[in-house]
This record gives sequence, C-alpha cells and structure tokens, in this order.
Amino acid sequence: MKLLTGNDLKSGAVTWWTGAGWSLHVEDAADVGEHGEAILSAEQGARRVNAAYVIAAVPTTDGPRPAHIKDRVRALGPTVRGDLTLKPADPTAGEWII
Amino acid sequence: MYKYDNYDQAIVDARVAEFRDQVSRRLSGEMTEDQFKPLRLMNGLYLQLHAYMLRVAIPYGTLDSRQMRMLAHIARKYDRDYGHFTTRQNIQYNWIKLEQCADLLEELASVEMHAIQTSGNCIRNISSDQYAGAAADEVADPRPWAELLRQWSSFHPEFSYLPRKFKIAVIASREDRAAMRLHDIGIELVKQDGVLGARVFVGGGMGRTPMIAPEINPFVRADDLLSYVEACLRVYNRYGRRDNIYKARIKILIHEIGADAYREQVAVEFAHVKTLGIDPPLAELERISAFFAPPAFEADATDSVDRSDPDFAVWIDQNVKVHKQSGYAIVNISLKPIGGIPGDASSAQIDVMADLAEQYSFDELRITHTQNIVLPHVAKRDLYAVWAALNDAGLANANLDLISDIIACPGLDYCSLANARSIPVAQKIALRFADPACQRDLGEIKLKISGCINGCGHHHAGHIGILGVDRKGVENYQLLLGGSGAEDVSLGKIIGPGFDEDGIVDAVEKATEVYKKLRQADERFIDTYRRVGVDPFKEAIYG
Repeated sequence: MKLLTGNDLKSGAVTWWTGAGWSLHVEDAADVGEHGEAILSAEQGARRVNAAYVIAAVPTTDGPRPAHIKDRVRALGPTVRGDLTLKPADPTAGEWII
Repeated sequence: MYKYDNYDQAIVDARVAEFRDQVSRRLSGEMTEDQFKPLRLMNGLYLQLHAYMLRVAIPYGTLDSRQMRMLAHIARKYDRDYGHFTTRQNIQYNWIKLEQCADLLEELASVEMHAIQTSGNCIRNISSDQYAGAAADEVADPRPWAELLRQWSSFHPEFSYLPRKFKIAVIASREDRAAMRLHDIGIELVKQDGVLGARVFVGGGMGRTPMIAPEINPFVRADDLLSYVEACLRVYNRYGRRDNIYKARIKILIHEIGADAYREQVAVEFAHVKTLGIDPPLAELERISAFFAPPAFEADATDSVDRSDPDFAVWIDQNVKVHKQSGYAIVNISLKPIGGIPGDASSAQIDVMADLAEQYSFDELRITHTQNIVLPHVAKRDLYAVWAALNDAGLANANLDLISDIIACPGLDYCSLANARSIPVAQKIALRFADPACQRDLGEIKLKISGCINGCGHHHAGHIGILGVDRKGVENYQLLLGGSGAEDVSLGKIIGPGFDEDGIVDAVEKATEVYKKLRQADERFIDTYRRVGVDPFKEAIYG
C-alpha cells in the first residue's frame, strides 16, 4: 500500500493523509494507491501540508506500517525519548519502529 | 564578552522583522515552499523528521549567563524543554513551530543572539578553542580574531552564495581543541620573532570526502589576516564547482588543482585585496579586543583544593583543567551521562549552568565541539561548590575524554538526512563501559558516531569512529579506527564489514581489549593503534 505523509505547515508536525484530511496518527492513514501525487499537489497548494511525499507501507492489523525505518521514526517519534513520542505512556511503543 | 553596538543590534532586529514578514507571507500563501525554503534556511530553520528545527548560533562557542538563560527559556517556551548542543558549538531545538519562530527570534535578539548563517552556502558560525582566554598554552586570545571574522563574514555580499557551506576555526595553541584542520579554513595564531600572525590551513573537512587541510601559508601577519582570508574565499568562490554538490567544497578544489596552485592563486588575489584596505585599523582591533580583556582575577587566590570527597577528587582529575591564572581552573561540564543523549540538556540544567557561570565563572560559558560545556574561569576554592551543584543537577559526569564522552549526531532519531540512528549506539556503548574505573583504565579514547556520510558526528576524527549506513532498509554500522581531530590530526579508516547495533558495541569492546593487551607504558588507544597498525584489531574483531 502507499501512504501520503508530510508536515503541517504551521507546526511542522508529521501528518498522514486519511482520505478526507490529515491526521497525526499513521493508524488513520489511507492507501492512496496511484493518486498520491495528485492529492499531494492539491493539498500543498491549499497549504494544508508541507513537504509531502508518498511512501510504501505494509497493512497490519494495527494499521499501516511504513516500510522504511525513517518513516516509522517519523510516525511515532524519536526512539530515544519515549516521552516525546505519540505514545508516551507505552514503554514498548518503540518496538514497532525497530 | 563582545557586546553588540547599535549597528549589530539594528541588523539583527531588522532580520527578525524581515523574517516575520516572510513567515507571514508563507502562511498566507503568498509564497510557495520552494520560494520560502531558502529564506528560512538563511535563518537557521530546517524541516527535520518530526518538526521544524532551529539552529541558533553561539559565536565561537562563547556566551554569558543571560544568553544561556535565554536558551533555557526558548527550550521551555517554544520547544520541549531541552536543547541539543552541536559539534559546531551551536544549539539546536527540534520541535519548533513555524508560526512561533519570529517571536522566538525576537526574544533571542534581545540577548544579542540569532540564527543567521547557521545554514546555507555561506560562512557559518566561526568556531574556536573553548579554553580561549583561559588556556596556559595560548599565544594570544583567539576570540577577538574570531569576532573580527564573525563581523566580516556576516552578510558578506560576495560570500552569501558560495558554491557550498564554509566553516572557519581559529585557535591560538599548539594543542588543537577545535578540530582546526578539519575546517574549510583553519587558523592557528602563532608568534614569530614576537610578531603575532597565523598559520593558515585551507581545504579540510569531514563528510563524504574527508580531508586534512594542508598548510597554505606558514605565517600571515595578523594585520594582513582578514585580507588573506578574503583572498582564500575569493579564489574558492571563483573556481569552486557549482555543478555538483558533492564536489563543491573547497577541499575538492584544492585537492584537484593542488595546494601549490591554490597557494599561488591566493597570493595573487591577496596582493589585489590588500589594495582595498579591508583590514581593520588598529583602533578597531583594540576596540574588539577590549571586550575580551581578562576578568578581574584575584592575584592571591588559593591553589589548594580539599580532595577528601572521593567523587569530587575523581571529577577534579578528569574534568578540571589547568588555567593560566594561578588559583583558577577550567571546569568541563560533561553532557554525556551514562545512557543519556550526547549533547542534550534540559532547560533546568541549562539554567543551572547559567547560574554557576554567573556566580563562579565571571559570567562566562563556552560550548565545545565535543558537545560539552565549559566554565572557563572558576576559582579553585569554589570548585567543590560548583561540583556539588552540578552533581545535584545530574551534570557531574567525570568522563571528559573517556570512552563514554561520545560525540554523536542526532542521527535517524531526528535528522532527515540520516541513514541510521546514532544516539542508541552511543547509549549502548556508554552503558557497556559504564564502570568509571574501567573507563579511566582505558584512558583517553575519542569515540565519535555519525548517522550518515555527512559526518556531523565527526566519525572520521574519532580514535574510534562509527558510521551508520542504510543497508537495504536496515541500519548497519561501520567501524573506523585511527582518526584524530587534535594536533595529531589523522583520518580514521573503515576496517571491515559493518555490524548491527549490538555487533558494533561488541566490536568496540574488542578493540579496547586489543589495546589493553598491546599498550605500552603511557600509550593512549590512538598511540597503540598507530604503533601496531590495524591488523591485530581486525583479527580480534573479525577473526
């Protein structure tokens, strides 16, 4: 599957295209198939996202898992500061990245 | 400490106002990201993995407690309560919001700080010896010269769009604490027959093509120095490649045409530049130098220190260095707690260091390229109080220059260029060698880790270097041995196939075991490596 990701223009936060808008959580990301570039162009033009790009991901029961470690780090947060990730209360969350 | 004059303050304030307008136009859609990106980069604002990252310049790594407190305030108000001190003596904030950036810069400007020229193909922050003004072995204080170069290079119209970024270091001691010869221009102030001048080295650097800068001029008189550096830049600006980013640094130019040809070109250009009268008049040099006058040391300050507390004594032996003034000492604050993140400090810790500087170090701090902090002028009678306060703040790690005093770039945990994570490797190595006695037995080992070939973690300059690479989507770590960024400068070499995260930690341990087995007398790790060569290490690690 393919996901569309970028950063929020104002905050810089990592965001994921859900099919209807943008979410901070990769679990909400939608498969954009071959439409990624078109969505990207429209959304960047509307300044709803910055520096967006299409990535490969694998569907899992917990939602999409980006294929490359770099995008998994982006999705959750730094592996060395669990308190700064999107799941600060889950000490095992970082295992999803590795 | 240099203090801004009205002109300095006006240009920084004007830049803040200009950037506020640019951000506003970007947010309103008047500017595209392609138009905005070079403008934000000129103000040190990157877009990294998780958010915008702001790199704030700390000129030659020197700042006062008011500025240090502002860095803590920025961390609290605009970031996530911490900052990351870098190998360029700067600080980076990893979670900045674009919509707040102009306000942040305005607050920085209120304490004579900014983020200008911390990115882009321009002359970056001038770096220097963190012991400047305190070192017993310096021939002069390098900071006035670094400040002069800062003023000269700020908004220099010819050098704002160089072929590639450009880094300059200035030192004034034979002992090189600033990796001087691994800069585009390295300047070592020297005296010849009582006359102050400089050895000028050009064309060093790390990154994907590491090179040690050759000496281009063994003695440039101090009153010619600015013209000479201008000539060095002009030749680069004229002939440096702009068609290939990987061949655009000055080190490539000098490598391709040869040091002799480059030297000749510079000599010709220098003769022309000297006719332009850009070297400052003596009065201006004296004006700048006055800001760096020695503080009011007590002439009869005691040299005795009560070492009865064993933890304090260990810290003294490892982290406190000789000061040129009797009764005083240089205190190194290690930002390398065992298992911690190299170079990171919380806002509370930054405040503690600011308070200590104000109370005990004539209001001065330094940032080191090894991602530590220095209190340059501490009376020996105050050392115990300083240590106790640092200990309370988790800042009394007695590991300066030991194997756990690791340089590490932010790596794949933060950096969009990285291929592998650096910080977890640093943490695992530090934990493997956590025993203080074991570390001290190993002695000086400079271990440096980069998460990609760009080399922000100075892996080529490590006695032990580690380079993280991406091998088919999996992190892999290559081991280098034999590098040094000091006066015995050398470039480390990859010794064989890479390892996974745990494997590289094992490999480092095996390298230290070889050293312990083969070392003679007072040999450091690097000395033994140079004497015996790579083979015993390869055999132990791969055999």
